[in-house]
Parts: sequence; structure tokens; C-alpha cells
Amino acid sequence: MTDPGTTTAFEAAGEGATDVAAVTHHTYDVLVIGAGGAGLRAAIEARLRGKRVAIICKSLFGKAHTVMAEGGIAASMGNANPRDNWEVHFRDTMRGGKFLNNWRMAELHAKEAPQRVWELETYGALFDRTPDGKISQRNFGGHNFPRLAHVGDRTGLELIRTLQQKIVSLQQEDFARTGDYESDLAVFHEYTITELLKDGDRIAGAFGYRRPTGELVCFHSAAVVLATGGVGKSFKVTSNSWEYTGDGHALAMRAGAKLLNMEFVQFHPTGMVWPPSVKGILVTESVRGDGGVLKNSEGERFMFNYIPEVFREQYATSEDEGDRWYTDADNNRRPPELLPRDEVARAINNEVKEGRGSPAGGVYLDVSSRMPAAEITRRLPSMYHQFKELADVDITAGPMEVGPTCHYVMGGVEVDPDTAASAVPGLFAAGEVAGGMHGSNRLGGNSLSDLLVFGCRAGAGAAAYLDGLAEVPTVSDASVTSAREDVERPIHNSGGENAYTVHQELQQTMNDLVGIIRKADEMELALKKLHELRDRIPRVAVDGRRAYNPGWHLALDLRNMLMVSECIAMAALERQESRGGHTRDDYPTMDENWRQELLVCSLQDGPDGPTVQLEHQGQPAMREDLFDLFELDELKKYYTGDELGGHRSDAPPRQTRGTEGAGDEAERSSSTTETGGDPGGELTGGGA
Amino acid sequence: MGYQAKFKVWRGDAEGGDFVDYRVDVEEGEVVLDIMHRLQATQAGDMAVRWNCKAGKCGSCSAEVNGRPRLMCMTRMSTFGEDEEISVAPIRTFPVIRDLVTDVDFNYAKAREVPAFAPPEGVAPGEYRMAQADVERSQEFRKCIECFLCQNVCHVVRDHEENKEPFSGPRFLMRYAELDMHPLDVRNRKEDAQEDGGLGYCNITKCCTEVCPEHIKITDNALIPMKERVVDRKYDPLVWLGKKIFKRQELEQRGATGAQSLENPGPDNGSALDADRIGPVGTS
Repeated sequence: MTDPGTTTAFEAAGEGATDVAAVTHHTYDVLVIGAGGAGLRAAIEARLRGKRVAIICKSLFGKAHTVMAEGGIAASMGNANPRDNWEVHFRDTMRGGKFLNNWRMAELHAKEAPQRVWELETYGALFDRTPDGKISQRNFGGHNFPRLAHVGDRTGLELIRTLQQKIVSLQQEDFARTGDYESDLAVFHEYTITELLKDGDRIAGAFGYRRPTGELVCFHSAAVVLATGGVGKSFKVTSNSWEYTGDGHALAMRAGAKLLNMEFVQFHPTGMVWPPSVKGILVTESVRGDGGVLKNSEGERFMFNYIPEVFREQYATSEDEGDRWYTDADNNRRPPELLPRDEVARAINNEVKEGRGSPAGGVYLDVSSRMPAAEITRRLPSMYHQFKELADVDITAGPMEVGPTCHYVMGGVEVDPDTAASAVPGLFAAGEVAGGMHGSNRLGGNSLSDLLVFGCRAGAGAAAYLDGLAEVPTVSDASVTSAREDVERPIHNSGGENAYTVHQELQQTMNDLVGIIRKADEMELALKKLHELRDRIPRVAVDGRRAYNPGWHLALDLRNMLMVSECIAMAALERQESRGGHTRDDYPTMDENWRQELLVCSLQDGPDGPTVQLEHQGQPAMREDLFDLFELDELKKYYTGDELGGHRSDAPPRQTRGTEGAGDEAERSSSTTETGGDPGGELTGGGA
Repeated sequence: MGYQAKFKVWRGDAEGGDFVDYRVDVEEGEVVLDIMHRLQATQAGDMAVRWNCKAGKCGSCSAEVNGRPRLMCMTRMSTFGEDEEISVAPIRTFPVIRDLVTDVDFNYAKAREVPAFAPPEGVAPGEYRMAQADVERSQEFRKCIECFLCQNVCHVVRDHEENKEPFSGPRFLMRYAELDMHPLDVRNRKEDAQEDGGLGYCNITKCCTEVCPEHIKITDNALIPMKERVVDRKYDPLVWLGKKIFKRQELEQRGATGAQSLENPGPDNGSALDADRIGPVGTS
């Protein structure tokens, strides 16, 4: 992609620099960092609101990690079951996150996801269809109704391609008007941002480099949207690609924003475990959503032994009932293979630990005995392909071997739910890099919808911020010089550490000591090792060529991975309970006193430079009408007695809660009466 | 189980370069991309390799392995003999940036020349109705991961730089076909494919289909049907008479919608946020 013609280059020689490269400057209204679902949706929104937008991404345009999403996008359109609506989706999301979620984010997400999905069809997306021609929806863990819009098992690719093509269509409109495709919406692919630049408290721009050439770049923008995804490359076994180095998390911290919930890391229950070189690659949850079952080496469907107390009422207790649910969801409870991901991952971990694992250290996921081969290749084409080509396993003829893999970080930048604004004026965050929405554990399918809902809101938030801005902040020469020194340090270092070796040590440390099951002494050891790495990373040296030099790129990503790893380890050590994506061997149960405690990380200046600090922060109480969407009996499992006051059960029932809920209200009330206060009455089939 | 493999990897840049010999360990179950990563970590820290998902889903790691265009992440080492010398080179049709990385911007430029999906007028978001059988034809083409191996191998451009200007290549000719077969797209794609995409240059040698890692039947299901549709249309005299006027109208309409959506970013473009729902957090 060509650069817009508005650039000027000038020499910005740093003191004592041995080789001086020019810095190219670009000016845009909004800078979107990351070109996955959230970044592209934010860019579209900001551009539709009249802003000049630049999108920056580390990979080629269209290769973002969103393409890896397989199962689908959760939105309560009600196409497969008309009883679905935003309230049910909201409840499922809060339950999945063990009520630690930012409830306002969960509310906006549940309400706006359908609009965001339908809108994709107007951009040209082609989802799988129901018999009456609507968007088909499939079952997924923790979702009470079939809710995931999908395209086979390549939904993420459809999402990325659709948004990419919408960007192109906007560029075509700009071309018709201005004669330049990139006049109002430019894509800078294979660029990395290394630092956000500020003018006083406000965002003024960003500094980075162009990967193919090593050219240094400075973007002047008063609004920056972080959409950089997650942190999985800090762990050895992960489903994440090389891009997931926590860049946005670290950029936000260095700019003065806060990260919350960093202890909550989702280990997807089903990653490939064999052959070793593909260990961690994702096996979609759709395999279970469409009927696949988990078995141990003794052939037992072990998930029936792992239904936790809080979900006891909502899951089948026999294989027969679980199997009937696929065809008659109204009169049967769902099979426990479809429990939220944290539960399934822990169960698999335990089966392996107790000696009932497969030869490669996983368990068996079998779909071959559950449906005809042709059905499997139609519903799960990329899984068929992936196992056939990478493991020589035919999933239509036998089981897959699977085990947990680091998949997603629930923690991220603390943002205002409505505008996606961080605490730093001009800095916004959306998608995986933002925290709060998913609480302690994300439901499958809620990520793609999160990207669109909050990507859109971030783009709108950035545009509104600019409209209210009295004066455009400016980038100082000093901040550019400083950012440049950091970028060039590994090139000027000589005879230092090898970036690849340091990275492997970091990954091994996080994998072994801050992984799926955590202990205090192990995490203390991890922090000690991380502190050693903190001293070594500035000494990493690379061969001096600037053009497409992966050693240099990794050297610069390391400090971000280290910073997020410290946040994860510190918060995980502090939280003395087990909840969602945080499991403590030494504190194995959920403690309701911790539900409203959020752990927040920030960077504070100290004698040895800035260090990560951890603080406790309270969670705002849920709005009354949302609180009333749950039965008191269910809330009692998560809340302390003091927090339960004001629930509708304390007072005569109200008539309405607003238009969206009117239809469901009647049904919910009736199911409550009939099932006698059964938590989440709709889960057992209402009037059953 | 492990062994030492003999590799020849092309190292160089736009100025030139050559194959460099490496001996490198191979473990069970590995793919060529694993070996490139081991080279980076142990012997060639600055060797440029473009990759991303390592699962055959993103289409970043295209290269020519023993002369065959492949995704490195999906090429298993077990397909080679332990004594076999394996060569890895950048894909040839695009300019080299460094080592195994090429400049594929040609493809992004061609993508911009294909007019976007033209939605039906008067059908609101949420009201789209399509039959599964009808979406499946275009869905096959939307499996494309844009690895550009088909663009690389297509002999129309592989050895003919001069054809890059008039010819979009199989990937984007397939995009015309995908839109043509989209049940709700309202634009006529035949003329676009023929006149802007250079469909006539394709002489259906099926090289593109052979290298497609997604096993899309590019020639049989996209290019040949598109050629047939173009021919049908071309020999229809009524179409021939009206087409120039029609095309001009279409272009004018496109310009107008562009200007509109910039000036009216309200609910009409489907992206406005419902103002009533945006309020401060924590109010109860």
C-alpha cells in the first residue's frame, strides 16, 4: 500500500546517534492501532463520522488474529430460538464472567450485537442460513440458546474480509471524490507503533517504524484507538500469533492509563497437543457445540463429574439428557461439555493430572461417533483440514487429542463503557486490549461481537472527542528523540543478549509458573525471574540491518511482553481465590468478598525507573433494573449478603423495565412462578 | 526421531542475493515454517520471514519450497526424505523485499479496482434473506485466505510484467465471480470482470486451482462460469446497445453515495449509536 502524499521527511539527529535515519511524519485525525475486528470497525465509524483516519498494523492488511476465530459471533437475533433476546445474552455473559464483568459493557454488548451483525450483511458478509433464509445460529459454551452467527468454522475470516472490503469500499468512495484512495482512510500495514506521544496529559501522536524498511515514523493525531489484541505470546503454549505481544496494553500503561483484571487469562480447553510443533493451535468450540464429546483414556465422558455448584441446575446430569438437548433444548438441559471454558479447561487439566490423559498429554475430543462423515466435513471444514494436514488424523474416523492452550486475556485497559475512552484524554481502547467486558472469563463467541460493538463505540468516541477538542495537541521534538532512542537501542547495543533466547525464557516462566493452575510460591518465583529479565531486556543486541529484521522487531516487542507478564503475575499473586480464568491451587474456591475487588495495574516512577504498581479498586454496583434480571437465589451464589439489598424480590413487582424488555418480562415472570424461583428459569426450559 | 536436514534458503534483497546452505535440526511433526523459525533463533537472527497464524488460516507465509508454491506452515517435513536437500525461495512474481519476504502490494491495488458489494435498495439491515444453497457458491470463494499463491503461479503475470496492468489475476477475478453470484448484489459484474479485470487473459490452465491451499476450484467454479456469463452477455444485442449509457449512470451513482455518507453520518448509514442509550455509568 502506498503512503499518502502528505508526508514530509526531515532529519531528527539524536545526540550521539551513530547512524541517522530520517523520521517520516504523517498527520491524521484518528490513528487506529491494530487492524483486527475492533480496529477496522473503529476506523469505519470514525471515517463515517467525517474524520481522516489511519489504520496501522504489524501484519499485512487482512491477516489480523481475528481470522483465527472459528466458531462464530454471539448476538441474540433469535433466529434459531425466538425466545432469545438481549437480556438472556446479558445474563449468560455475566454468569460466564462470574459476575465480575463491567455490567454496563455487558449490557451494551448484549443490546448492540445484533445490529452490528446485521450491518455486516450490508457490507457483503455471507453467513450460513436458517431454512427460512435468516442468519443461522449455533450453540456454544455458556450460551443458553443457539446464538452464534457463523460461516462454517471460519467466521473470523469472514469478519475480517468483510470489514476489509468495507474499508476498500469507503476508499473507493473517497477516490471518486478526491482522486486518491487514501485521502481519508489510509492503511499503513507492516508498521509497528512503539510509543504513544503526549502533549501534557493529552495524546498527541505515536512513534514507530516501518517493518520492511526500518524507516522511522511519527504520526500526529489527537485521538488514538488501541485495538492491538492480546498478550498470548508471553506464554509458551498458546493459540495466539506472533502479533499478540501486549503492545496496546503496554503502550497504554506507559502513556498513563490503567489495566484491570490482568490475572484473568483464558486457557481454551481444546488446543492441539500433537505433534509438538503445533501444540496450542486452536480446536474450535463448535466441535462441542455441534455435538462433539470429551472422553478420558478410560472412555468416560468425564465432564459430568465437573459440573460446579453454581451451574448445577443448568446442565444435564446424564448422557441421555445431554444428547436429547441437541434436538430438544426446551425440555432438556445442556451437556456439560458446553460449560464455560474455564470449567472445561480445569477439568481436562485434572483428568490428565490424575492419569486419565491421552498419550500426548491431552484428552479425547470425539465427533466421529456423533455424526456422519459428510456432516463433519460440512460443519467443521477447517478442523478436518487442520487435523488431516498437520497431524495426519482423520476426525471423521477417530477422536482428536486436545488440551488447554493460552487463548485470551480478559484483562486490559480500563475504559469508559460508552465511549471506550481510557483515563488518558485522546486514548481509546476496544476489543481484547480493553478490560472489563468479560469479567473473569469470556464466553466463546462474545469476542467477535465485543470487537464490533466496542470498535464502533471507540470510533464514535474518538470522533466525539475530536469535535470537543479546543486546541490540537502538538508532538514535542524531545518526545520523538526519546522514542527514537528506545527503538534504536538494540541496534546500537553490541554483544548483548539474544532476543529469541530471552523470549523463550519469558514464555517458559509464564507457562510453568503463572499458567492454568497457580500457587503463591511459584508466582513469587516467576516475579523474581521476570525482574531478572527486566534487567536483561535493555541489553538485547541485534545485527544492525534495519530492513525487515525480525530479531530487532522481537527485541522491541519483548519489553511489552515483559510488562504485561509482570501485571499478570502480580495480580494473580494478589487475588486469593479461584474465579474464571484465575485458578489458585492454594485458594481453590470462589470467595464472594473478592467479587467486587478489581485489581488495577499502573506504571509509577521509582528510583530504578518506572515500575508496575498494583492497587485494589471497587466495582460499581449493578444498575437496579439489570440486577433485577437475575433471581435472588442465583445472585446469592456470587454476592455477599450486604450487596443483595434492593433486589426486586424485596419490593412489589414493577410493571415495565423499558421497551426492549417488555416481551421477555412476561415470559420470565411466568417461568419464575412455574419453576419456583429456579435460578435463570429459562435455562430449564421455562414451563417444563 | 530428530535429524539434521539440509536446507538452501534464498537470502538477499532487491539488489540481488543467493541461496545459502544451512544444516538444521528437525523434530517430529514439524513443518517448513518451524525450521525457518529454528534458523532465526539459532543461526540467522535477521532472516526475514513473513508469517502469522501458523495454522493455514491467514495466508502470510507463502514461499516456493523445492520450486513449488506452498504455505510454509502447511508443508510438513515428513513429505521430504531425510537426505533430501530442500530449497526455500520467495514467491517469484512479486518484488523481493528481503530474504523470503516479497512486496505483495500489487494485490491490494487490484483489490481496490473491484467495485464493492452493491447492496439492494430498500432492504434494511436484519431483513436480508438468502437461501443456504444460494450463498454456498460465493462462500466457496470467500474461503480465500489471500495467500496470493494463485497470483504468484498464474503464468499471465508470472513471466509477463506488462500484463500486471490490465490483469487482476485469479484471486480478484474470483472476487468478481463471488459478487456476481452473491444473491443480493445488484451490480452487473460481467463487464467489470472482462474490461477492468482482464478476464480474457485467462486461458484456464488451472495453475491457480492446483496451488490453492484452501482447495477452492478457482477455474472450474469461478473463472469458467464467469467467462460463460460474459460471453452470453456480449452476444446479446440489446445489452450491447445500452451498455455505455448504463455504465456511466452507475459511475455517477457511486460518486453520489460516497459524498452522502460523509456528510450524513446519522442513522441512515446504519452505524449511528442510539443516543438515548449512551449515559454515564453507574447511574441507577
